[in-house]
Amino acid sequence: MTKINEHAWMVLCLVFLLGFLFFWHLFTASTDTLPGPIAVGKASWFFLSDPLYDNGPNDKGMAILALYSLFRLLVGFVSATVVAVFLGVLLGLNKVLFKAMNPYIQVLRAISPIAWMPLLLYTVQDSGITALLVIFMASLWPTLASTAFGVNNIKKDYLSVANILQMSPVTKLFKVILPAAGPTIVAGMKISMGSAWVALVPAEALLGSLGLGYFIWNEWNNLSLPNVMFAILVIGVVGVVIDMIFTRLADRLAFVE
Amino acid sequence: MGMLEVQKVTKNFLAQDTQQEFCVFKNVSLEVREGEYLSVLGHSGCGKSTLLNIIAGIDSQSDGYVFLDEREVSGPGLDRMVVFQNFALMPWMTVFGNIRLAVKAAHPEWERKKVAECVQRYIDMVGLSGAENKRPVTLSGGMRQRVGIARAFAVNPRMLLLDEPFAQIDALTRGVIQEELVRMWQETGITIFMVTHDVDEAIYLSDRILLMSPGPEAKIMDEIVIDIPRPRTRETIIEHPGYYDIRNRIIRFLSRKKKDELTKKAA
Repeated sequence: MTKINEHAWMVLCLVFLLGFLFFWHLFTASTDTLPGPIAVGKASWFFLSDPLYDNGPNDKGMAILALYSLFRLLVGFVSATVVAVFLGVLLGLNKVLFKAMNPYIQVLRAISPIAWMPLLLYTVQDSGITALLVIFMASLWPTLASTAFGVNNIKKDYLSVANILQMSPVTKLFKVILPAAGPTIVAGMKISMGSAWVALVPAEALLGSLGLGYFIWNEWNNLSLPNVMFAILVIGVVGVVIDMIFTRLADRLAFVE
Repeated sequence: MGMLEVQKVTKNFLAQDTQQEFCVFKNVSLEVREGEYLSVLGHSGCGKSTLLNIIAGIDSQSDGYVFLDEREVSGPGLDRMVVFQNFALMPWMTVFGNIRLAVKAAHPEWERKKVAECVQRYIDMVGLSGAENKRPVTLSGGMRQRVGIARAFAVNPRMLLLDEPFAQIDALTRGVIQEELVRMWQETGITIFMVTHDVDEAIYLSDRILLMSPGPEAKIMDEIVIDIPRPRTRETIIEHPGYYDIRNRIIRFLSRKKKDELTKKAA
């Protein structure tokens, strides 16, 4: 009985997939507007069988496009994380500063990163850098807010020990503050990464920066809906993989008091 | 003049709810002599831990002075290591890592190997050999406090400040660790200042006990010299003719203060 229960979710998961494919096929076969699962499967096979081909700027393999997107994501996200953690630690250690800055953080984090795009594009006059800055804006706030929260909630005893041991500010930061707030910081980074990945697609599409978002827009202009659907699938899968990496990282940093 | 001098130290703080100034203790003066084991005994909430934190430099007094070796104490330092009631070990580090953190802080110029040897020596000293790579969360309260004690001794401070160090350890283990602490105290000749609310523990460990009245405006009310010769053991100390006189004197002090409080509340 328990054996059956252990695998029940897998069977059900498969049933959902088959059910979805079946109704999708039924729906598209009867309306003849959207591509059905078979068309998308063919498109998928085409892209997956040769993911690394390169036939010029508008015709590249899916893996190359994904790498363009991931590289852009990485640069924007890493630079935002460095800034966010640094500022977050400062705010977390200083309650007055934290209270003074908190209203601005709350307003800024409520703004969709895409909303900044016209302003950024006008200012830097470069679509590639603008795309990076959009990712930067998307990644900044969740990490900043949770770093400040995590540092602010570090158990006082840990800081007392650091003070009694007369640690230098740098040692204190790396040996006590960051490890103590580590799990909270990574939780924020995970949200940041999710928000950056979500912002990436429209940013690439609107700015014409090579990548998955650009591909989707390009294929929409070509009216190749099977290709659009396959790209949607790739975006979802890559997003899940990124999320899993952060879950792993969070597990490694976690500690029980 | 004692090694540590506390002169007319007063601690006030602002109560969060009523916004009224609240005096924890007032004009507390005491001295700790070189090599001595001094305990401050009092009810919970009398401010004895606050006094210890002020001596440690991690809390600040409202008035008065603390001197160590005739220099004023104005902040925390490696010369006054604290052993915390709740151990205050870094949970993301192993036993070894926790002690290494202290050794490296005290001796930044030491090379890796020398640091490791020093850490190992103190781990062996508290009987934690074999548990080097364990995280604090996997250890019992007694084992965790052994790490706390090893960390405090490892930086070779001028004095140890013990903040109810055995309160969260089960009774059987407590006795063993107390014996070990006395042995380490005698071997190193270090000076110890301890706060506690445990009468038997204070008598067993201390050279002198200061009795602190309950707050607000707590004061040091009495001093008791424990002249029971060492080495003491938990079995023989209770057979010493002076033991129950001392114990009764302390118990009377503690219960009288408690009764005063109760009658005050009733009225």
